[in-house]
Amino acid sequence: MIRFDHVFKRYPNGREALSDLSLEIDSGEVVFLTGHSGAGKSSLLKLISLIERPTRGQLIINGQNVSGVSRRKVPAFRRQIGMVFQDHKLLHDRTIFDNVALPLIIAGVGTKEIGKRVRAALDQVGLLGREQSVPLELSTGEQQRVGIARAVVSKPPVLIADEPTGNLDPELSLEVMNIFRRFNEVGVTVLVASHDLYLLEHFPVRRVRLECGRVVDDIPAGISAGEKLVDPAKLITGSEGAM
Amino acid sequence: MSAWLTRHAQTSIGSLGRLSQQKLATLLTVLVIGIALALPACLHLLISNAQNATGNWNKAVDLTVFLKRPTSAEDASRTAGRIKQRRDVSNVEVITADAALKEFRHDSGFGAAIDALNENPLPHTLVVTPAADFTTSANLDSLAADLRAMPSVEVVQLDTAWVNRLNAILETVRRGLIVAAALLALGVMVIVGNTIRLDIQNRRAEIEVTKLVGGTDGFVRRPFLYNGIWYGLGGGITAWIITAAVIAILREPIGRLAGLYGSAFQLGGLDARATLILLGSGIVLGWLGSYLAATRHLRAIEPT
Ligand SMILES: Nc1ncnc2c1ncn2[C@@H]1O[C@H](COP(=O)(O)OP(=O)(O)O)[C@@H](O)[C@H]1O
Ligand SMILES: [Mg+2]
Repeated sequence: MIRFDHVFKRYPNGREALSDLSLEIDSGEVVFLTGHSGAGKSSLLKLISLIERPTRGQLIINGQNVSGVSRRKVPAFRRQIGMVFQDHKLLHDRTIFDNVALPLIIAGVGTKEIGKRVRAALDQVGLLGREQSVPLELSTGEQQRVGIARAVVSKPPVLIADEPTGNLDPELSLEVMNIFRRFNEVGVTVLVASHDLYLLEHFPVRRVRLECGRVVDDIPAGISAGEKLVDPAKLITGSEGAM
Repeated sequence: MSAWLTRHAQTSIGSLGRLSQQKLATLLTVLVIGIALALPACLHLLISNAQNATGNWNKAVDLTVFLKRPTSAEDASRTAGRIKQRRDVSNVEVITADAALKEFRHDSGFGAAIDALNENPLPHTLVVTPAADFTTSANLDSLAADLRAMPSVEVVQLDTAWVNRLNAILETVRRGLIVAAALLALGVMVIVGNTIRLDIQNRRAEIEVTKLVGGTDGFVRRPFLYNGIWYGLGGGITAWIITAAVIAILREPIGRLAGLYGSAFQLGGLDARATLILLGSGIVLGWLGSYLAATRHLRAIEPT
């Protein structure tokens, strides 16, 4: 579904955010992207959403090499990727309904269909009945759920989230993650960047850890997080020893 | 198709709603556009009215034919009869030398001096009124040439020189109108473009989000194009009102002035065609200005 092949990302200021990164994510997977601040998590997600372009290497999403996506084709490309942001990025002068409807309006969906799908998406995040509120009338957790509803309303095959629980308390974080899990159950590929240790402990999903723009750790789903969350340096030597 | 239409209707109404939320800013922009469009509209009215007026005056041009001396009064009226038969002449009035002298003595107050002359120095005069269909300056010139060629005619006076001069002036003003209209059209586009630029800056966050969720350049641009169209339409209507007000203010005094010259001339306003052109050019300029500005400035806004 998503394949990074020796990808480098160097910003104009010379800062190398990703260096020789290779990573493959299959369709229907849930992946946590972890690592310290500055490790390159956001940069990796921005390459997927075509906000940034790889400096070198191949990035293939849904069978399509991003280097072949011209500026004009970026909008159509982005419609197959739902994005959730730490700061929600909601439009504050519009109702919840209009916020969630935006991707459908852009895609040219008919008015009746929009109503149905927006209510379905809001139902999935537990906000049915709040259509006519504006974002500032909602709590942070609720705003984040509106952001998620907007990301999934057009049923994209891929959902990416950059620190979606960064501003939420543990309980709300778990709630948000459970929502992601439910989307994953219906086949959506989910990629979440987070350094929220609490979350990592509760979700035994595949975990990819970045450090200085490289993958330093890739723990498959099902393995308990506890022991993996100790000193990262030990982890590396540990895996080397096993080889 | 119907979804597409609904979208456009919603976008245009949404744009109108947004503009009406910023009443003062919108009003000022519309007023400036209105004034810029009213200037060429008023110039156009100046020219068309002046043409109308001179058209009337051209019809009032008579030819004055002075006959050779000596010519008998009978010869004079025979000549008058011949001229009157021409197709391009509607009337010929004969002023005999005696009648002319009598009038001159009465009007000038030089009675005693004139009495001192032993003979009448004035010639017989014919006042030739051209037929209504033959009042163009070419027709008048050829009529004058024919009259001049008649054996008993000494001098033909045709007072079209000032009409020609006025027409030349109007032609110059018309050229000026084209230049002024082009400059003001450019001005309107700059005003709209700048307003749209500020608008885009204010809605930067919204534009970024729209692009993030897959909005195309065209989709992001659409509301700004509607803004431009509303600005242009509002400006066109304002220009029409300004022009109508100018006409209303000038109609009465100009009518009085024309009356003093014995003319029934009436100041005309914008007709249906001119009104459509005025509103249409407002809309087109507003759209074009916003299209250029939005295309340029929206490109620069990319999500980060
Ligand atoms: N737009 C940018 N311009 C220059 N450097 C950047 C930019 N974005 C990120 N970086 C740098 O790239 C590195 C990785 O950043 P980022 O991808 O945001 O990491 P993370 O999300 O894991 O905190 C950091 O050193 C950061 O300073
Ligand atoms: Mg980050």
